[in-house]
Amino acid sequence: MLRLEKRPQPSRVFAYLTPVLAVIITMIAGGMLFAALGKNPVEAIRTIFWDPLFGEFAFYYRPQLLVKGGPLILIAIGLSLGFRAGIWNIGAEGQYIVGALCGAAVALAFYPLEAWYIFPLMILAGALGGMLWAMVPALLKVKFGTNEILVSLMLVYVAENLLAAMALGRMKNPEGHGFPGSRNLKDYPSAFNDEIITGSGMHWGVLTAFLAVIFAYVLLNRHMLGFSIRLTGEAPRAARFSGVNPTRIILFCLGISGLMAGLAGMFEVSGPSGQVSIDFNVGYGFTAIIVAFLGRLHPVGILLAGLLMALTYIGGEIAQGNLGLPSAAIQLFQGMLLFFLLAVDLLTNYRIRFVRREAA
Amino acid sequence: MTGTLLSIKGLTKAYPGVVANDTVSLDIGTGEIHALLGENGAGKSTLVKMIYGLVKPDGGTMQMRGAPFAPPEPRSARAAGVAMVFQHFSLFDALDVSENIALGMENPPPLRDLAARIRTVSEDYGLPLDPYRTVGGLSAGERQRVEIIRCLLQDPKLLIMDEPTSVLTPQEVGILFETLNKLRSEGTSILYISHKLEEIRTLCDTATILRLGKNVGTCDPRETTARQMAEMMVGSELQTPKGTGATPGAAVLDVSGLSLPAPTRFGTALKNVHLRLHMGEVLGIGGVAGNGQDELLAALSGEMRAAPDAIRLKGQDIGHLGPTARRRRGLLAAPEERLGHAAAPDMSLTENALLTGAVREGLTANGFLKWGKARSFAERIIETFDVRTPGPDNAARSLSGGNLQKFVIGREVLQRPEVLVVNQPTWGVDASAAAAIRQALLDLAGNGTAVLVISQDLDELMEVADHFAALNEGRLTDTRRTGDLTIEEIGLMMGGAHDGMGIAHAEA
Amino acid sequence: MDLSSITPALLLASLMVAATPILLAGIGELVVERAGVLNLGVEGMMITGAICGFAVTIETGSPLMGFVAAAAGGAGLALLFGALTQVALANQVASGLALTLFGLGLSSLLGQDYVGLKPVQTPAFKIPLLSDIPFLGRVLFSHDLMVYFGLGLVAAVWALLKYSRAGLILRAVGENHDAAHALGYKVVRIRILAIMFGGACAGLGGAYISLIRVPQWTEGMTSGAGWIALALVVFASWKPGRVLLGAWLFGGVTVLQLNLQAAGLAIPVEYLSMSPYLITILVLVIMSADKSRAPASLGRIFHASG
Repeated sequence: MLRLEKRPQPSRVFAYLTPVLAVIITMIAGGMLFAALGKNPVEAIRTIFWDPLFGEFAFYYRPQLLVKGGPLILIAIGLSLGFRAGIWNIGAEGQYIVGALCGAAVALAFYPLEAWYIFPLMILAGALGGMLWAMVPALLKVKFGTNEILVSLMLVYVAENLLAAMALGRMKNPEGHGFPGSRNLKDYPSAFNDEIITGSGMHWGVLTAFLAVIFAYVLLNRHMLGFSIRLTGEAPRAARFSGVNPTRIILFCLGISGLMAGLAGMFEVSGPSGQVSIDFNVGYGFTAIIVAFLGRLHPVGILLAGLLMALTYIGGEIAQGNLGLPSAAIQLFQGMLLFFLLAVDLLTNYRIRFVRREAA
Repeated sequence: MTGTLLSIKGLTKAYPGVVANDTVSLDIGTGEIHALLGENGAGKSTLVKMIYGLVKPDGGTMQMRGAPFAPPEPRSARAAGVAMVFQHFSLFDALDVSENIALGMENPPPLRDLAARIRTVSEDYGLPLDPYRTVGGLSAGERQRVEIIRCLLQDPKLLIMDEPTSVLTPQEVGILFETLNKLRSEGTSILYISHKLEEIRTLCDTATILRLGKNVGTCDPRETTARQMAEMMVGSELQTPKGTGATPGAAVLDVSGLSLPAPTRFGTALKNVHLRLHMGEVLGIGGVAGNGQDELLAALSGEMRAAPDAIRLKGQDIGHLGPTARRRRGLLAAPEERLGHAAAPDMSLTENALLTGAVREGLTANGFLKWGKARSFAERIIETFDVRTPGPDNAARSLSGGNLQKFVIGREVLQRPEVLVVNQPTWGVDASAAAAIRQALLDLAGNGTAVLVISQDLDELMEVADHFAALNEGRLTDTRRTGDLTIEEIGLMMGGAHDGMGIAHAEA
Repeated sequence: MDLSSITPALLLASLMVAATPILLAGIGELVVERAGVLNLGVEGMMITGAICGFAVTIETGSPLMGFVAAAAGGAGLALLFGALTQVALANQVASGLALTLFGLGLSSLLGQDYVGLKPVQTPAFKIPLLSDIPFLGRVLFSHDLMVYFGLGLVAAVWALLKYSRAGLILRAVGENHDAAHALGYKVVRIRILAIMFGGACAGLGGAYISLIRVPQWTEGMTSGAGWIALALVVFASWKPGRVLLGAWLFGGVTVLQLNLQAAGLAIPVEYLSMSPYLITILVLVIMSADKSRAPASLGRIFHASG
């Protein structure tokens, strides 16, 4: 008979080990899934995890790692701060969209003026847009005690409709021959989020993501505000007793996560994506939740988890092309990863013991 | 007495790192009130849980009236006639009295019939109850009645009571004892768990004393002195803290007209609280649990804000200030709940030292943390207060109750407060840690700090406090000198005019 | 714009239809939350139910089999959640999110071959005589069986929670799991059963969308209905009767905005499509003033020690 025993304190070893363990179990389970779909599991796993990094066309895929990982890391860092405090912003997808719309709006308003200050203004607008979108659930929670999970999620659907309305309406390219979608910002140098080093995939958004990792690390480990955030999540009553103002923590956590998601959206729309279109958002806001947990809500962990998740995106695309693996299989694969992670996380706080059932 | 009801032989139960019960044997006679006496952690709860079927013994046997008795779950224990009144009430706040009672029965009658039976039985035993009231709104004493009635409706052969008087006023204790005596005269056996020696001496026929999981002796409590029993229980000569004897100085904390609404649905509102605390004084605040103790602490610590002039510290209005600002001015506090309120369970002791020490100990600079300084502060607490732990990196929840409480109190004491407010400083703490904590509070007062001790343990308050006041439904009585008080007066202060329950029924 | 195309009887009748998916999912989640568990995976279970029901109906030609499969699919996914939160003691919020992400992936994988197909039509069930009553007959008594099933389920849940012993035990577990455990009730077992019931209900709700309301399969077709169902439980203050009321309110908003879209109101379609979500937020704000009715153990992890 198996029995769970609570550890006197969380195991450090397992805290590091569980994400790795989860990835391995997911690979095995994923392999079984791919086999069930009639694909060679070893080949599929190799295609997803090996080929993008070391395969024949790795020179093309490696930069993609940063392009896809950047927004995931940036959003996940923001979310992790809230998750640490027990504040659940799951509407990052909406904040990402609104950030992109605000950034694009600035660019399109200035078009075709060329000036150095346009891009910084876009960054500001994207950050503010995402932040304000996240301030809605924050203020409602503070003022009325409304559940931030549901409100932030509802706002994703609102944002998606807003995106469609913009792509088909006010932001539609007047020279686009009636096709939906805005002007392509790649053709507008002052607004284009170009690669910092050509061919590296490193654009301003990726740099921002790295800065966010450092910022979060210093905040959580070296600053009183970060300590207050962690304390609020660990023991809300103790935090109040300690003198932490819960309102400030809610506003800060939701605000900063919205800000980072908004930035991610803005860098995406002005860079890799290039335009506001109906299907501009691809679910980074939701995948970032997996990234945040996989990284154990730790900045460095999130950095690694973001890159790993980007790898599955890229590998998934390759597998889709080469092996005919459906794109949904990758989505499922990512979902599975979070599942297994939560399951093995048990080992951090509990010890499993075999107990012989005694004759009662 | 007509023979043995329950016979326990060599019961053993081990948990990782601790043997909770080590070959414990005892016999409970029919119609006997049998006391089970021991410190926290002596193994009383584990023993009782085995009798009630919540925990399976590793070894040993039990016999009920000569037949083997090994309940695999509470249901079978109840079927065999064992009923239990829990220490931490096993009640459901949002449900009404009759629903709560139905949940504790195997085959409850329809709720309407049950309600009628509740009325009858509760009147019969002198514990009147309205079956349709929501339990969350009941006082601690009334909640206990629900538990007792729930047991009585099953005609138990053996009634287990775990620390039943810790939530009662002296008058309510009197009512309870009458009920228990009535049950005994009807042939019901009672296993009565307590650490209050005088109670056991007035009520019980036999006492079994547990220490560190072992049965260290059985005695007739009427023939044995409280001191003898205490020494068996603790295993060494007791040390009583010495008071300061100093005369209090100038007033430092002035609370006047403090009123606050109840913070939660089942919380207590504070109503026009007045008190004055002087330098070097220990003021004890008694009262039954749930009469505003948590709220008073929260109002003083700054977790709940009040009107600015409702609380004044050395002449300054501080009622509107938060915990950090009050700490800076010298008003410190230690709440009752160790895990989750006074300390964050999963955080290290260093981090927990930072939790209240940041301001006065200078553990931050421009908002940035000084980990080295925080760590040495934690080490200083551990050393000064003899906290048993491998080191400051260990999580708070890895400490035993007594050690964590020493850490929590020590953390505030070492910050040299001008006023220290503590709630239940020794609740669930072993005797030596309790003595150390009380002595620390007295020493602090000796150095001129004003100390406010909120406690439900009257013995403790009599031991440490110069002055006494009681909380009742969020109202605070006038302050009296401890030395001038009789136990009856204390009971009346604690009971107040509180819906007439205590006094009216005591006479009935 | 032509508002005359909107007839009250038709509007109310389609309100009943639009309300059914969230009614089913909502009443299921209500039971789960009354047992003290917060399952945020309703959206994932609904979409899984939608594809399970759709696929089985296509393969067997029987909508009944489809609904059975939907309930099984939803319950199966819920069981995963149960294993995570009740056995592996994982955080319920994170596990619920995982369930939704997983369900969305699973459903689009399962549904690849079913895009664009038309399922067998589920027959409407006109209650004899009653359906001939003018106006009311059309509004209330001319629906498919699932509409009545949903109403019946609400009544059954209400009665069970209020009057039965099983309901009392369920509420007790949700209120104070430690006390329920101390009295000898099997907290984990009861909760897993409740979670599976919630999953089955969500599955049925999802299948109602793919089989009757739309009826066809598209990826992510539940588009937030599961989240609205969650909001519905808060709106209802955990009372079954008010779930019905709330479902009709949301159903009404949905139908009204669809009708306005059809009538060609001079507002872009997208803004009208936002309205159910905005209304949900508004309702949440109004209802969040009264938190007191939430089951006291909601979302807390239970681990029997000793």
